Amino acid sequence: MIKKVNYKAWLLLLPALSLLIAFTHWPTIKSIYRSVTWARSDMAPSQFVGMENYAMMLDDPVFWKVMENNFWYAVGTVPTSIALAIIMALWVNSKIRFTGLLRLAYFTPTILPMITVANIWLFFYSPNIGLFDQLLQMVGIDGPNWLGDPDLALSSLIVMTVWKEAGFFMIFYLAALQLLSVELYEAAKVEGASAWRTFRKITFPLLMPTTLFVLINALLNAFKLVDHLFILTKGGPNNASNLLLYYIYETAFSFLDSYYAATLTVVMLVILAIIAFVQIFFFDRKIHYR
Amino acid sequence: MGYKFQLFSKMSAYLLGILWIMPLLYAFWAAFHPPEYATKFALFAPLTLDNFYTAWDQAPFMSYMLNTVIITTLILASQLFVCTLAGYALAREKFRGRNIAFALVMMQLMVMPEVLIVENYQTLASLSLVDTHIGVGLPYLASAFGIFLLRQTFKTIPQELEDAARVEGLSGLAIIWKVFVPLAFPTYLAYSLVSVSYHWNNFLWPLVVTNTEASRPLTVGMAIFGAPESGVDWSVISAGTLIAIGPLLILFLVFQRRFIQSFMQAGIK
Repeated sequence: MIKKVNYKAWLLLLPALSLLIAFTHWPTIKSIYRSVTWARSDMAPSQFVGMENYAMMLDDPVFWKVMENNFWYAVGTVPTSIALAIIMALWVNSKIRFTGLLRLAYFTPTILPMITVANIWLFFYSPNIGLFDQLLQMVGIDGPNWLGDPDLALSSLIVMTVWKEAGFFMIFYLAALQLLSVELYEAAKVEGASAWRTFRKITFPLLMPTTLFVLINALLNAFKLVDHLFILTKGGPNNASNLLLYYIYETAFSFLDSYYAATLTVVMLVILAIIAFVQIFFFDRKIHYR
Repeated sequence: MGYKFQLFSKMSAYLLGILWIMPLLYAFWAAFHPPEYATKFALFAPLTLDNFYTAWDQAPFMSYMLNTVIITTLILASQLFVCTLAGYALAREKFRGRNIAFALVMMQLMVMPEVLIVENYQTLASLSLVDTHIGVGLPYLASAFGIFLLRQTFKTIPQELEDAARVEGLSGLAIIWKVFVPLAFPTYLAYSLVSVSYHWNNFLWPLVVTNTEASRPLTVGMAIFGAPESGVDWSVISAGTLIAIGPLLILFLVFQRRFIQSFMQAGIK
């Protein structure tokens, strides 16, 4: 039994805990508090308004638009990045030549800042003179305005995001593949199993823990990574590519409504809590059954 | 599953590799050629460094770069110190409330500072730290990820080593410094590389808390520099991009293996 308070342990934890509380826990609580208050301006004293901000949010068409966008953005980026990451890892781990260079090519987007590569992608997507439209012109097609067309803007963002993160996720699959036992594959070969069957029955199930880890990270990214919006679309045209975190930024720092921004932040926190819950209660258990 | 499939698979692997590196190759192409070649390809286009001179003159890259280096160093130094102490406490000390303390720490893995820009900005404003290096760094000075990684590593260090050091008469902090830190060196290296590349590239929070050249890092500078309103052409933007990513890219290419291993190691734990 531990009787006394362990001062040494708490002293060691003090710097970390005070910083984390000041910039994670306290602002979380304050967001919730701010979301039930309102003031005419930053100078005026705020007053309790109950659920009014939330009622306003439910009536806000832009809120529903960004939620819908964020949903499709996650649907578009998460499975694609994961599938590509697995394929990349299988290639890099195979016996073809230049795997070192391949690995480098796939991984490089990870270490480049989103904001600067977005500048390059902006050129790729430019109407007429951009790379994609020029390539299409070569085969005689008039390319679309990738970022200016409301039907295409979000998809264009998705493509760039997949490019940015697939190589990052590949690394984790590569690490996992290198740990798989050779005997299993030899056994499969003796049985005469096809490559696809071997992948489906052996490799993929054994990669499950990695997939779950990557899945959580990809999901978090789908909500937390909005840097490229600042360069490519600014959420436009007409919010067609706006995402929740970007809308929070706009609300707080362009429309200067910190109360509504806090309300939106609470929605973001709920989403993150759900992801955490899913991870802890569903996945962390399943990981062990292998 | 014949020869044809294998060939197809191999070709796709290389094709995807080329596609993946295209944006970077394009940046090099545009940066080193005159602007009229930015949108068209010609094998013998003349080479030039003019775009780099223009880019350098149009934006204060030197101060941006310096700010990025200061902010990244500040964050890393603090993280290493703070996470070592906390990681040790959570790995080796027995005390009431340890699980609660650990859970509190782990919360930051999910709720990262990017999400809390609204409140954290208010905090910074009330401390008058807006537009300062320390302000950009503050929310990141403690890292749940770092604490977690070091805790996992410290847990694997045999108790006998700690006991032996105690017999030698080393005090608590000296044991951490002389026994735990050296043995966890690979973890420190892995974490440092991940942290540096994260903060070198970080954008949203620095955008929110910086107003001037005095504290603005490269990423925020590049966003202003590359904005269509600034009317800069593609070649110059590409040159600026290369200036901005240059140091990290060189570091990455030189220590490629180490980098990739670090990301792997950090992810597996």
